[in-house]
Amino acid sequence: MAIFDKFKSLSDVHDQLKSVGQSPSSLQFDEIISPTEAVLNGRRTILLGTNNYLGLTFDEASIEKGVEALREQGTGTTGSRIANGSYDGHKALEKELAEFYGMHDAILYSTGYMANLGAIGTLAGRGDYLLIDADSHASIHDACKLSDAEVIRFRHNDSINLAKKLERLADKPGEKLIVIESIYSMLGDTSPLKEMIAVKKKYGASLLIDEAHSLGVMGATGRGLCEQAGVEKDIDFVTGTFSKSVGTIGGFLVSNVPGLDIVRLASRPYMFTASLPPSVVATARQALSRVAGATLERTRLWDNATQLYAGLKNAGFDLGPQVSPIVAIRLQDPGKAVALWNGLLEAGIYTNLALPPATPSGWFLLRSSISAAHTSQQIALAVELCAKIGRELGLIPCPATLGASVEMMNVASPRKVAKQKTKKVSDEDEAAVQA
Amino acid sequence: MSEPSVSSSELLNDPVYIEVVKQLRPHAAKDANISPQAIILSDLGMDSLAIMDFVFDLEDALDLTIPEHRIAEVKSIADLVAAVYLLQKEA
Repeated sequence: MAIFDKFKSLSDVHDQLKSVGQSPSSLQFDEIISPTEAVLNGRRTILLGTNNYLGLTFDEASIEKGVEALREQGTGTTGSRIANGSYDGHKALEKELAEFYGMHDAILYSTGYMANLGAIGTLAGRGDYLLIDADSHASIHDACKLSDAEVIRFRHNDSINLAKKLERLADKPGEKLIVIESIYSMLGDTSPLKEMIAVKKKYGASLLIDEAHSLGVMGATGRGLCEQAGVEKDIDFVTGTFSKSVGTIGGFLVSNVPGLDIVRLASRPYMFTASLPPSVVATARQALSRVAGATLERTRLWDNATQLYAGLKNAGFDLGPQVSPIVAIRLQDPGKAVALWNGLLEAGIYTNLALPPATPSGWFLLRSSISAAHTSQQIALAVELCAKIGRELGLIPCPATLGASVEMMNVASPRKVAKQKTKKVSDEDEAAVQA
Repeated sequence: MSEPSVSSSELLNDPVYIEVVKQLRPHAAKDANISPQAIILSDLGMDSLAIMDFVFDLEDALDLTIPEHRIAEVKSIADLVAAVYLLQKEA
């Protein structure tokens, strides 16, 4: 139908991906076994791309709280809090969020995406300026479309470029709101907070940080990058999500700026959609109560992240700039990126395939996100399989070239050696995945 | 700088046009036919990321900020030159 013609290029890419393997956007899991394993196409698969940082999706206490709320308060609120009123859980969760962050106020949204739409799209209005990082998440770009503010991009993580742009606005009236992310979702790199704050202060701007990927992950009590960097008092607004470390769904805005409550009456993504159902609120409250004390989980998470990053780096892959619970292999060849993703899937490892223009600098990314619930063996297997398939695809050098040559000369034909090696690795992989 | 003439041939000698082309070259396809009428999104072999990087370079070169909505209104290189003149006037 003609109305879909404008999506032809999208559809072509999708068809092309399907023609060579699985479609990254339409996988269907047969069964979710645990925070780190699922059954996909009948095969037990390690989940290495689900942002389940603390592994709380099967937390018994959260499940119990959710079931209890479901039985006591029903399946949904059937409307927004503006129209249908708040449940006690909404207010309690907002209070607990504000206390967790040490901020005065918190506003709940139904998803993290909507928290950014609702916060950014409302805080900056006509006559104001939104200064956003070039690598911003789609929710931030979409928030800019919702806002009537003038939108200005600055180079990724470049406080000097940001300063230049604020300097040019120095004589212009209107509020200036800088929007950054703590951990950027594609490459896992963090924002240079101290430099950003120095610029914000110099030009009298406000600063909003999206801590979606750092809640529960960074800082002594899991409050994120701002806590870790010791700069929380200099941050005006924090947005975040329950769909990663907290293991459920929902989003929020927290702030110390007096009068935040008025945002509820002006924020369309708050006003015109149904509020979170009681069961989700109950699971979020229970999981959030665990985040501050989840020190062991954070240690495990970072140990796992370091193991994966170091393993892939040593194997010769080009990775994002720093160790992070998001580890991305940067690839230039789309065909090989797709082949690597499919190869891993067939071997029982689920990662994310991210394609331009959703990626920085036009990279094709094989993106992994690590969980505290992963075992060291699972990470080791992922590294081993990435390296094996990466070598087969010519993405990384073969470290044993010399040894293999000697072996070939002494023992057998190249084809036979390759076959034996492949089989051995496959058998081990199968055993490890089944374990 | 004065505002450019609407004539494409005169635009070829316009200082802003010359700067735009200079900043565009590293981001455009090697065989791209760069002309005032060229449509930036479709004629120069540039994807949205390349365009964004080009705009950053142009902003630095001209010491000027080009807001998102202005970029969205631009189709051809001539449009971009006109937008730059307008922004310089407003600054």
